[in-house]
Amino acid sequence: MSTRTLPLVFINLGGEMLYILDQRLRAQNIPTDKAKKVMNDIITTMFNKKFLEELFKPQELYSKKALRTVFDRLAHASIMRLNQASMDKLYDLMTMAFKYQVLLCPRPKDILLVTFNHMDAIKDFVQDTPSILSQVDETYRQLIEVSIFLKDKVQNSNGRFVLPTSGPVPHGTPPPGLIRMFSCNGEEMKRVQFRDGGNYTAALREGSFELFGDRVIKLGTNMYSVSRPVETHMSGTSKISSQHTKVNTIPNPLAKEELNLLAKLMGGLEVQKPSNSVPGFRINLFATDEEEEEALISRPAELSYGVINIQATKDNQANAELAKIMGEFTEAEEPVSSSSSRGDDLLAMMDGL
Amino acid sequence: MYHREKSIQLKSSASALYNNLSVLRLAPRSLTHFAAVHANVVNLVSASWDGLNYSHRQLQSKEGNVATSSSLIMQMFESDGSIMVYWHALDTPETPTGVSLGTVLVFDVPSKGSNITLSEVLEEHTEAVTDMASECSGNAEYIADLVSADDSGLLCVWKSGGEFQLLNKIPGFDMSCSSVKLWKGTVVAAYGSGQIRLYEGVTGILHAEINAHARWIYSLDIAPFTGLLLSAAEDSFVRVWHLNPAPENNSVEMEHLYNECVTDTQICGAKFCDGDGYAFAVTGYDLSEIIRYTQA
Repeated sequence: MSTRTLPLVFINLGGEMLYILDQRLRAQNIPTDKAKKVMNDIITTMFNKKFLEELFKPQELYSKKALRTVFDRLAHASIMRLNQASMDKLYDLMTMAFKYQVLLCPRPKDILLVTFNHMDAIKDFVQDTPSILSQVDETYRQLIEVSIFLKDKVQNSNGRFVLPTSGPVPHGTPPPGLIRMFSCNGEEMKRVQFRDGGNYTAALREGSFELFGDRVIKLGTNMYSVSRPVETHMSGTSKISSQHTKVNTIPNPLAKEELNLLAKLMGGLEVQKPSNSVPGFRINLFATDEEEEEALISRPAELSYGVINIQATKDNQANAELAKIMGEFTEAEEPVSSSSSRGDDLLAMMDGL
Repeated sequence: MYHREKSIQLKSSASALYNNLSVLRLAPRSLTHFAAVHANVVNLVSASWDGLNYSHRQLQSKEGNVATSSSLIMQMFESDGSIMVYWHALDTPETPTGVSLGTVLVFDVPSKGSNITLSEVLEEHTEAVTDMASECSGNAEYIADLVSADDSGLLCVWKSGGEFQLLNKIPGFDMSCSSVKLWKGTVVAAYGSGQIRLYEGVTGILHAEINAHARWIYSLDIAPFTGLLLSAAEDSFVRVWHLNPAPENNSVEMEHLYNECVTDTQICGAKFCDGDGYAFAVTGYDLSEIIRYTQA
């Protein structure tokens, strides 16, 4: 498998997460300034320079569990809190949406356009914060340099997607239905049409792989911008998820290495600890609190991620490597957002209530 | 022309890999073996011809994912006696296998025993090898008897035996060649553009170009006795074609016979179940079954 898939998986899943959170923040009438802060904090963390440096290094994909841990952390990078059931649902929605996009991608190269669609939307979220905007732009430049082929994707749960047998063919593919036969000297001897059973049209123009431009492809744009209820069938997916977990329990000889890499990545993920003085707020991915409660009770035991419990921020016994990375990280970041200044922000926000 | 039969359940779904289905018909035992790869697991099913008995087996690869499409070839490194059966069923004593670095490894496989040795490394491909095929007509009159394809679309045509001899390199069109077959000296190659091309192996003359599918083609197969060609793609279509060699004007005619739409399935493996093309079997990404079709 390509060793350059990780940044794409991370950015696309992260983009989907932001779409959903944005929709939920508005649906739950969270005050604009708080909502803005959540989005800004998460995007800042996602596009942290050190973090991205680690991410863009050629490496194998992480296991599903490790990746989930990264997103658990990311979702809690601000003052917003999600309980387990809502986090499960959020992650299900994110992975399902991205899986749909990969599946429907006409050509491997188009996965880059999908990624650009996510990045374009993320840029819109932080439009009026130039410092974050420049962080995001830096990632574009790195992405444009990456040109890869994605074939074997992470397997996720969920049902089947509809595959249309009509519409435009991918750029570079002629619509099916023609047989051309040639003579020895290369002249065309015969043309035969055949019935292809679909209803395809010629390819659209190719999307723009530049910093700005029309991506043409719609996959990866915000499906949640139109207000509508977010539907997932927890019962169905959790059944399948538990099936998949079985496959995952096979010990992975690379697990230790993976955890080390993960620790490095997490070193770049700053997590705000909830403290008693600053309660923050909770967000719910379900229509009502009762529904969320129900989902939490019916949550299959296999979905509990008790095994991976990295206390990167607190544990003094953490290995030296991690401590070193963390040290570098806080040093480098101090002028921008030291924890005290962030605390001030929070206090200021709470005062405003 | 074909109708759908009862499908065979797999223990886990097929991964999105090219040519992700292998079929071996064992006439003396009235059995057909099927194999499809899921991540690092090979799902094996042997089905009796009366459709009454199915036996399942899962083989776990020891390190990482099974990287190439030819699942049975990879198995030789870590499987037990039952898999050696597949090897004995192959005609050539020397069996090549392609790897993602673009090298082709040639192994000496004795007709008896497990003394497999690496005899040669062929370094003509610079991109990952996607598929390889040996001459399937069983006729020794054809000089070229092996063809290998890679991610750039380059095809290498070989004469095997002793030291392998490169006969011809057929350049690609900057589009991955996902599946390749060799029949009666004709190379049949399928591409990511949904096209199929027919070449004369030794000279590289293009006989035909077919705009066959609307998406990436994942699998080709030939029924050597009848010249039927099977193609299957991500667009959910399986198509059956007929190849008709016309030696008088040194060309090959191609005719379209049949379409089958496996609704909402990105097909990743499709193989004929017999040498006449009387039946074929299909696997799809995320689909935990093998769907079979037989002629009405």
